[in-house]
Parts: sequence; structure tokens; C-alpha cells
Amino acid sequence: MLHLQQRRSRLSVRLGTGAALTALLAGCSGAGGGSASGDKDSINVLMVNNPQMVQLQKLTAANFTKETGIEVHFTVLPENDVRDKITQDFSNQAGQYDVATISNFEVPFYAKNGWLHPLDEYTAKDKAFDQKDILKPLQESLTAQDGKLYAEPFYGESSFLMYRKDVFAEKNLKMPAKPTWQQVADLAAKADGAKSGMKGICLRGLPGWGEVIAPLTTVVNTMGGTWFDKDWNARLDSPEFKKAVQFYVDLVKKHGEAGAPQSGYAECLNNMTQGKTAMWYDATAGAGSLEAAGSPVRGKVGYVAAPVEKTDTSGWLYTWAWGMQKASKKTDSAWKFISWASGKDYENLVGKKVGWPDVPAGKRASTYSNKDYLKDASAFASVTQQAIAGANPRDPGTQPRPTVGIQFVDIPEFTDLGTKVSQEISSAIAGRQSVSDALKASQALAEKVGKEQK
Amino acid sequence: MSTSVSTPEVSPAGAPADAAAPRKARKGPGRARVWATRAPLLPALIFLIAVTQLPFVATVVISFFDWNSLSPDSRSFNAFANYGEVFSDPSLRDSVFTTVWLTAGVVIVSVVLGLLLALLLDRAFIGRGFVRTLLITPFLLVPVSAALMWKHLLYNPEYGLLNGGWAWFTGLFGVDTPAQPDWISDMPLAAVAAALIWQWTPFMMLILLAGLQSRSAEQMEAARLDGANAWQMFCYLTLPHLRRYLELGVLLGSIYIVQNFDAVFTITAGGLGTANLPYTIYQTFYQAHEYGLASAAGVVVVIGTIVVATFALRVVSSLFSEEANRA
Repeated sequence: MLHLQQRRSRLSVRLGTGAALTALLAGCSGAGGGSASGDKDSINVLMVNNPQMVQLQKLTAANFTKETGIEVHFTVLPENDVRDKITQDFSNQAGQYDVATISNFEVPFYAKNGWLHPLDEYTAKDKAFDQKDILKPLQESLTAQDGKLYAEPFYGESSFLMYRKDVFAEKNLKMPAKPTWQQVADLAAKADGAKSGMKGICLRGLPGWGEVIAPLTTVVNTMGGTWFDKDWNARLDSPEFKKAVQFYVDLVKKHGEAGAPQSGYAECLNNMTQGKTAMWYDATAGAGSLEAAGSPVRGKVGYVAAPVEKTDTSGWLYTWAWGMQKASKKTDSAWKFISWASGKDYENLVGKKVGWPDVPAGKRASTYSNKDYLKDASAFASVTQQAIAGANPRDPGTQPRPTVGIQFVDIPEFTDLGTKVSQEISSAIAGRQSVSDALKASQALAEKVGKEQK
Repeated sequence: MSTSVSTPEVSPAGAPADAAAPRKARKGPGRARVWATRAPLLPALIFLIAVTQLPFVATVVISFFDWNSLSPDSRSFNAFANYGEVFSDPSLRDSVFTTVWLTAGVVIVSVVLGLLLALLLDRAFIGRGFVRTLLITPFLLVPVSAALMWKHLLYNPEYGLLNGGWAWFTGLFGVDTPAQPDWISDMPLAAVAAALIWQWTPFMMLILLAGLQSRSAEQMEAARLDGANAWQMFCYLTLPHLRRYLELGVLLGSIYIVQNFDAVFTITAGGLGTANLPYTIYQTFYQAHEYGLASAAGVVVVIGTIVVATFALRVVSSLFSEEANRA
């Protein structure tokens, strides 16, 4: 037995070494679609590995390349790696990638650094693309300080409140079309325990600037708080900010999911699907999963606007969009690709070939007048459209802001600041420290960042 | 982690004796022969230096720059400012303590558990091979999947096995509302440590089992004839014999667990005071995009590890020489 194991382990060591060497050598030859060589009809695209992008990759050769003769070499990476690789390639203006997926978080400072190619001249010429059809808030969030457009959205999302219609009917609870946070808190208390093991509401508590900070910041905005005032003074110690965080933490503690400090988007989606929570405030993209074929809660979920207090709307705004590298030598081919991927025809292609819920939606007004799409997505389509249309990234709160952004502050330093603050908040949700202590530590971090901006 | 590479003082096996003698008489051809034996090893050495030392040198160089990848135009040399920040940054300081606690806790508990299991497995019983295989399994699991399993299948307060098992158990006694603790939030560091202990106990067990099986049977027999009881035999014979193996287990375990990233990343995402050094450096690099600061932190960790490892290795190597003297 042992002999055999030793032999086997020796063999596995050999195999492992061989594999490692192979990987090393492969790594040396450089990842990605090779360097930008001179041939006119191929472009390199670097994108995030979300399902919609993977779908696009599958459909490219048989459709886009067939129509235009332009070959597309894709490099697909997870979100963290993709951001880093894009930053490396674009900051050196190496020109290895002609097009990359960037979000509305990156566009402003990428554009400011001169890494992106403005797209206005192309949208003016390309009538079929129909730039006016793009939802206004998205276009605004992809427009930099100089007023030029730097990216085209592939899909957009906002946030809204999802709730179990059947559970609410059973308990005689009524969900208003535009609830306030106070109403949501009262409903959460009543719906808590409606079924065995069902909690009132699921809210993210997992550390991360893209996890707990996103929904929390929308609550802060609508309750009159802000991370920074217009002169970059950190305002995390203001009464409004404190009230919002206290409200969020109390709600999660009292009627939220168990294990909140480790629950992010994926965990809450899981809770909602498994019937462990009566409400869920999160990304509009969640609806697609809840209504997907085979989901146990399909057809049982109602959708209403993101809860508010002092503002009219409070939904966030996020989009994955195509940006063109400034150093790209194949701008015309690159635009053709962007125009196809973000175009109306592509949405129809996905709808017919794959299924309407899989359409990269939330970016064009025409999507929401498309009968085929509405047939499959009627439950959440109009609420999603209103949420995105109502988002105002330049003025999301009750006071003027120093920069754009609803659920984030649009500066490079925010990824780090947000993550560090999120760990303090998460710790408060876990009951390991008070909200005041969490915010005191966070304020100190934010002050440092604010000073650099002044 | 980097390792220091030193060129061998003596030429490869077989050469020293005849290489030293002719060196005085015929300098040229002798040296040529020495190099002829060394030459085939050179590509390997150069390759090793290229893939281990050059990146480290690059890291050291970068650590003297103020370099945030998102503002490429303001890259500048700032001497030791990054190092100053590393030592004054409270979150980095906390992560040093977290790393020490996590490593020490996991190593000590897994050594104790591993010793108990090894003592059990040292006895002959039916199905021993099967039990041994089962006990080794956790160590063969991919770290990130082990962490995921602990987070969701075991700790989860809603559908985790720990709370589910407890509810079933108390249900036997007619309790309707059993305590359902939220394990990770209530004791985050212990939760991360438990997952790591589960993975590393088998490793310690294997090393100690090898040690137990190399005890001399005559000695044990003699002790038994002299009337020593089991406890005395364990204290005066087994433990001293196992000392080398225990130290080896502690050393190797520490080296691996100091670097652990998966468990912290997966179970708590660095929240609730569980961020250890590797996680903090990852955050500095990937989320703050502070290449200079992350490199400086990395260099400090390497230096710290080298210092600790040198002492640890000295302890172990003194043992080896002890063994040699005894022989």
C-alpha cells in the first residue's frame, strides 16, 4: 500500500513538474491573441468572463466575421485580473488590445489619463448604430469631463427591490410601488419568519468595494449622506452618513440573512432562490437568474423601485462597456466590432439563437419596446428600464458632489478605500464593533484620500 | 518566496580529489576539465537565477518607487517612503499579528492532533490502510475548494452541516429552537484556523507516523521488560525520538501556512480582522494598484521569513549534527 503510494506520488511529482514547466514555457510565449500585427482585418479584444461576454465570443465567428471579414482574437479573464491587465496594457499604450471591456467606474480616469480613443466621430457617421437609442444615464456615465464619449455599453444594470409576491399575499402585506426604506424595514419585520427559516430581507454584508459598499452607498445617498462634499472633505462622520449605516446594519442584524458578514451578491441570490428570504435589495441583473427556467421562485417574485428616503430615486448604475485603446492602429475595425456588439441586431440575434432572458439588456430604449423581449422578461423589464433611466450619476444625493458615481466615488483610490471601509462595516454587522467606531476609522481613511484629491 | 542560490564551492561529485591536485601543476587543462564538468549544469543555474532572482530584484527596485498603476504619469523614486508606510500602516501591522496568530495556532493544534492520530494509526487494527487513506484525504484537497466547502457546507448558518447537525441532535430531545450560531461572524479567526487545521493535521500525522515507525523495537521491548508503563515509555522514549519529526513538521507547516491565502480570501474575504499578510499584499496590489507599496510589503515579508526560517533551520540542523555526534 505504502509502496504503491510512494510510487504513485513520485509519478505525480514528475507529472506535476512537467505540467508546471509546460505552463511556464507557455507563459513565456505571451498570453492573448498575439501582438497587433499589420494585417488589417483582425483585432484583439480583452474582456471579462461574464456569461454575456462568453456568449458573444461564441457568436462572433459565425456572424460578425462572416459579415465583415474581420477576425476577432479574444482574451477572456476574471474581473480582478481583467482590470489589472487592461490597466497594464492601456497605461503603457502597448496597443496589444484594440478593444477592452471597461466599466463606468474606469472611464472617467482612463479618459483623463489619455488611454481611450474618443468615439464621437464614429457615432456621428454610423447611423445604423443609433446613439440616441442608448439610455441617457449610461451615455452620461461613459462621457468624460471633456464632454467626449469614450465607451459604448454592452449591458447596463441598476438596483431594485425584489420580494416574494406569494409570501406577501399570504401575510396580507402590501408592497408600495415606490417604497421608502422605513416601509421596507417595517415589511421586513412582518415578513421575518413568514415561512420556517425565512428571513425578512437579504442585504449584502461581504467586504469589498463592489459588495457591501454598493447597496450601502445607495442608502447613504438617499438618506442625505455622501462620502465627500464638493471640496473633497470626507463626510463619513456626518449625522446623515451615520444614520444610514446604522439603519442598514440594524436592519441586517434584526431581519437580515444569517451569516450576513459573509454574504455577497451570490449568497443573497442563493438565499432568494432557496426561499430563505422574503425580500432582496440588489442588482437588476439578479432578476434574470430568479426568472430563469428551473428557478424554484420563477413567477413568484415582484419587482419595485429601489427604496428611497430624501431623493426621488436611489438605484445605482453600472455598465460593462467597450472602450477603444488610444494606441490602436485599427480603429475602424475596432469600431465595427463595437457597433456590432452593442447594436440592436446583436440583441435580436441572442434572443432568437439563445433565449430572450440572456440578451445583454439595460442599455437601449428599443430593447424595452421589443415585443419578444417583453414576453419573456415582462416581470422586471419596465422596472429595470425605469431604474436605469432614473439614475443620475452626476447628482445622486442631496448635495453637490466632487465627481460622478452613485454607488462609488469615481476616483482610482476608491477601490482601496471602499474595500477598507467595507471591512469596518462588515465588522459592525458582525457585532464586533459599534457603527460609530467603524465610521471613525473609515473617516480617517477617507480624509487621507480626500487630501490627495484637493 | 525567493531562495538564495550559491554556486557550489567544490566541483561536482568525483571531481574534487583529482581536480585539486592537478590545479597546481597544470593550471590550464585542469581548470578546463573542471569547467567541462560544470558546463552542463550552467544552463540550469542560469535558468534558476533568471526565474527566481531576477523577479525578486525587480520587486526590490519597484519597492523604492511611488507607483500607482492608475496614475502612470506620476511614477517617481521615493527612496524608503514605502517602507516607512509599511511599518506605520495599522492595517499592515494588524495583518502581521493575524499572520502570527493564525500560523502558530494552526501549526500547534495540527501537530497535537496529528500526534494523537499518528499514535492511533501506529497500532495494528483491521482496516488500518483504509483509515489512513481517509485521514490523509483532506490534505489532498485543493485549498480553495476546501475553504469553499467549509464556508458553505459546514459553517453556513442557514444550511450548514454544523447547525443542521446540532438542530437534529437537540431535536432528539424535543428542543424546537436550538441555538444556531453564526460561526464565521462569531469567531472569524478561529473559523479560518479550523479549516486550515483540518487540512494540515494529515500532513503532520504523516510525518509523525513515519517517525513512530522508525522507533527501534528493541528499545521499546527493553523498556517494557524493565517495567516502564505506557506513559513513561511515551515520555522518555517516544517523545525524544519524535523531536526531530515534530520540529520538521512545525517548520514545514509554518512555511506553508504563513503563505496561506485561499482560506482567508474565500471564507471571510479578509474581513473581521482575519486579513493576513498575503491577503493584505494582494489587496494593496490588486485593489489599491499601489505597486511600490505592495512590493515593499513583499520585500519586508521575505526578509522577515528569511530571518525566522534561518533560526528555525539552525535549530533543526543542530539536531541533525546532534544525531551525527551520537552516532
